[in-house]
Amino acid sequence: MGNKADVWQGTLALMVLKTLEAMGPLHGYGIARRIEQTSGDLLSLNYGTLYPALLKLEQEGYVRSSWGASENNRRAKYYELTSAGRKQVKKETADWEQTTAILDRFLSPAEEA
Amino acid sequence: MRKLRALWLRLRGVFGSERANRDFGAELESHVAMDIEDGMRAGLSREEARRRALIKLGGLEQAKIVHRERRGLPVLEAVGRDVAYGARVLRKNPGFAIVPILIIAIGIGANAALFTVVRSVLLRPLPFADPDRLVALYGQDDLKDPNSTNVVAAGDFYEWQKASQGFEHMAMWRWSGYNLSGDKDDLPEFLSAAYGSWNIFSTLGVQPALGRSFTAEDDRAGANRTVMLSWSLFRRRFNGDPSIVGKTIRLNSQLYTVIGVLPRWFTYPHRVVQLWVPYRLEESTQNVDSHFNHLGHVIARLKPGVSIEQATQQVNGIQHTLFLRYNNSGPVVPGVALQPLVNDVVHDVKTPLYVLMAAVGCLLLIACLNLSNLLVARAAARRKEIAIRTALGSSRMRLCREQLTESLLICITGGALGLLLAMWATRWLTTRWVNMPRADTVHPDGVVVGFAISITFLTGILSGLLPAMSATGRGVLSALQDASRTIGGSASRASLRKTLLTAEIALTVILLVCAGLLFKSFLRLRSADLGCRTDNVLTMKYFLRRPKYEKPEQIVAFYAGLLEKVRALPGVEAAGLTNVVPGDGQYGDTGISFPEHPPLAPGVHKFALFRTADPGYFAAMGIALIRGRVFTEDERGMTNDKYIVINQQFVREYFSNEDPIGMHVTAHWDSVEGDRYEVIGVVGDTLYALDRPVKSTMWFPILSGNPVQAVDTALVVHSRNDVTALAIPIQKLIAQMDPDLPVSRILTMDQIVGESTANSSFSATLVLAFAGLSLLLAAVGLYGVLSYLVTQRTTEIGIRIALGSGRSQLVRLVMLDGLRPAFVGLVMGIAGSIGATQLIRSVLYATRPLDAVVYVSVTVTLLLAAAAACLVPAWRATRVDPIQALRAE
Repeated sequence: MGNKADVWQGTLALMVLKTLEAMGPLHGYGIARRIEQTSGDLLSLNYGTLYPALLKLEQEGYVRSSWGASENNRRAKYYELTSAGRKQVKKETADWEQTTAILDRFLSPAEEA
Repeated sequence: MRKLRALWLRLRGVFGSERANRDFGAELESHVAMDIEDGMRAGLSREEARRRALIKLGGLEQAKIVHRERRGLPVLEAVGRDVAYGARVLRKNPGFAIVPILIIAIGIGANAALFTVVRSVLLRPLPFADPDRLVALYGQDDLKDPNSTNVVAAGDFYEWQKASQGFEHMAMWRWSGYNLSGDKDDLPEFLSAAYGSWNIFSTLGVQPALGRSFTAEDDRAGANRTVMLSWSLFRRRFNGDPSIVGKTIRLNSQLYTVIGVLPRWFTYPHRVVQLWVPYRLEESTQNVDSHFNHLGHVIARLKPGVSIEQATQQVNGIQHTLFLRYNNSGPVVPGVALQPLVNDVVHDVKTPLYVLMAAVGCLLLIACLNLSNLLVARAAARRKEIAIRTALGSSRMRLCREQLTESLLICITGGALGLLLAMWATRWLTTRWVNMPRADTVHPDGVVVGFAISITFLTGILSGLLPAMSATGRGVLSALQDASRTIGGSASRASLRKTLLTAEIALTVILLVCAGLLFKSFLRLRSADLGCRTDNVLTMKYFLRRPKYEKPEQIVAFYAGLLEKVRALPGVEAAGLTNVVPGDGQYGDTGISFPEHPPLAPGVHKFALFRTADPGYFAAMGIALIRGRVFTEDERGMTNDKYIVINQQFVREYFSNEDPIGMHVTAHWDSVEGDRYEVIGVVGDTLYALDRPVKSTMWFPILSGNPVQAVDTALVVHSRNDVTALAIPIQKLIAQMDPDLPVSRILTMDQIVGESTANSSFSATLVLAFAGLSLLLAAVGLYGVLSYLVTQRTTEIGIRIALGSGRSQLVRLVMLDGLRPAFVGLVMGIAGSIGATQLIRSVLYATRPLDAVVYVSVTVTLLLAAAAACLVPAWRATRVDPIQALRAE
């Protein structure tokens, strides 16, 4: 799989939530493809791990699922954000931004040293 | 919150996973289909596209597994699988499951019930403020003997109260009783009561539920008459109407103002106490100042930081001075003993309860060993299965867990049943046990349930662990290597079972010996001869009280009138009067001396039990006249009453070398000089309590009408037929003569005897039942092991028979195999019993802890049971058909 990075622990959920926020209701395969595309094909996603993550989000009440028809008229299970899910996206995004901002300070060259 | 919701969903996911499985299967299917379509669109062949899709997914099954684990709770599911497996195994073999479940239920039920009682009665602190600082003080008659305790003379108490430093409060009470006469149509009734020093409730830290407590002002001679009611009397007699406080009630025909009502939970010193009156208001001045009349129970609250030892030393210092100062003129106790109040309250039931607790503990341990034994047998039967599973990669941990789950399932089911049993047994125990202190506080609570749950798990783990370890240990695989049936492979397991059995038998023997001793002691007690007639004798008590019965003539008139009427009743064979009948307690004793003898050494005091009798009493009770005569109608009134009748013990003790008739005895009552009485007769010995040795006793003429000594009465009536039918007519007679006079303790002599043997019969029967059950368990265990051995050795036995071994030889072979653990267990058990029975020595009556009869009968019983258990397998061994046995190989 070349130089593709694995998905970091705990970030998959945020990626899923963000994807659903951007795309609206989507089936599992669609979410997986979308995550790969968004990452510019830099990420290697084991599709098998996506479903437990979706299940966890569903159990926690951030997404809900229902069966529907896909673009090719195939039966597929669609996931969409709940209102709690939308709030969670904002919260986790903010958390993540704060984390990266902190890390940035360590990683970027010191200015006032 | 979200986590909780997820957990809940996962818990639900543990069940009903079938639909979810299908649902996820469909989802994955559509996922893969879409991926394949995309791949084909990109120009891959269908196969290649499918291959890549599956790689990206990380495998279909793997994805399903990960998903499933997230859906449910894997840990719980593993446990669930074990439980389901265990339940299936047990269901397949219900006979195997039911018996141990019942045994464990009995074991756990009995333990939980006893624990409930022990905890509530013995362990829970008294319901008073700072109960740890409360102590009971007793006089000690003999400084060397800690059991020689005596109640306290009021004079001593007031000195201690004045001079000691280590106590915050010190208070005294004594037993008493009152005739409560009714208003309007209410019947009069006799109430047990207590005189209490005014600070008794503040010493205990008790606030009245209504009204106020006594003050020092109430507690003096000549004060306004006041009384406090127990909650139960308040509810029962006064309908719980709070306006009773401040009103007056009639006690012994005098008016007392109710100043307060005690809380519902307050039952000290005993729940029969219905009334409290101030000590000095009621007690005679003589008694209040006396150092010789031992009547009071003293309680005290230690100052914080003062130990019982320090306090004991202090009070003993004071008492020593009193002893030196007064002992030459009357009996003064030389020392004082202190103990925590709770010990004082539960003193009588402590040993019996712990004995029972130990017995049920033994029973549970035996049940545990028995279950363990059964499981070892089952594990042996499943050796092949376990070996195959081990070979296929089942971990030892997993197999052990399965075995443990099985024993835990049995124990949990048994424990649940046992807990129900305990609820019922607790109530049964407290109601059957006569006069158990604090019985009203005995309730199963959370701690009891916790205790039951813990012993359930402990039992399950204890009985499951050994079989699990032995079944899965090294050499499991040998079962596969062996031929279909093996001789050597099972030897170690059989010896494990024999070891378990030996322990079981040893415990059984200990239980049997203790039960045997208790039972023998009960039989001795049961057959103890009171020294008087006990069948068809009815007794009832009443108390003539001032001011209505002030003058001797009034008292004599009542007695004589009553006796005449009672004797005239149809069916009455004989009737008599006394103050207390044999077997009904000590009642009281009096200091005595002997004018015709050289004076007693200074400081030495002699006592005899004090009884009264009318001329007909001894005949009515069937007490034999040995010498001289009993009272006649001449000894009537207080002018000609200085005569006594004594018992044979009195003669043995004081007149061993002379004719007692015509000798004189001085009874010291409350004075040093006392009164001189002439001995007119000697009667047979009677016991004052069934389990106590006979004491020197003297009877005074009750027809003297002495308003101090002759007013407590027990009427005894003997009839040829059913004497209980006379109870109502006699009560009506008494009610006609004095409608305000209540009658109490209407009992036949048989009932009085029954009362005093009830508890010992109760605990002996219980322990005997436990021991019998253990014996049964041990026999069943022995039978099981031997049957198993015989089956295992069928081939060997077949070969022996084929080679010409006789039947009797075979029987001996098998019997010896079974009897060896029985013998070893017996020897160990008897060794254990010698120690264990020392602990129950104090509850045995006229039975030594090393009673040979008991030991011999236990040995015989056990060997008989063991032989019976061995006989069937031995017989089966002789029926082995050698050809069949060898062919089966």
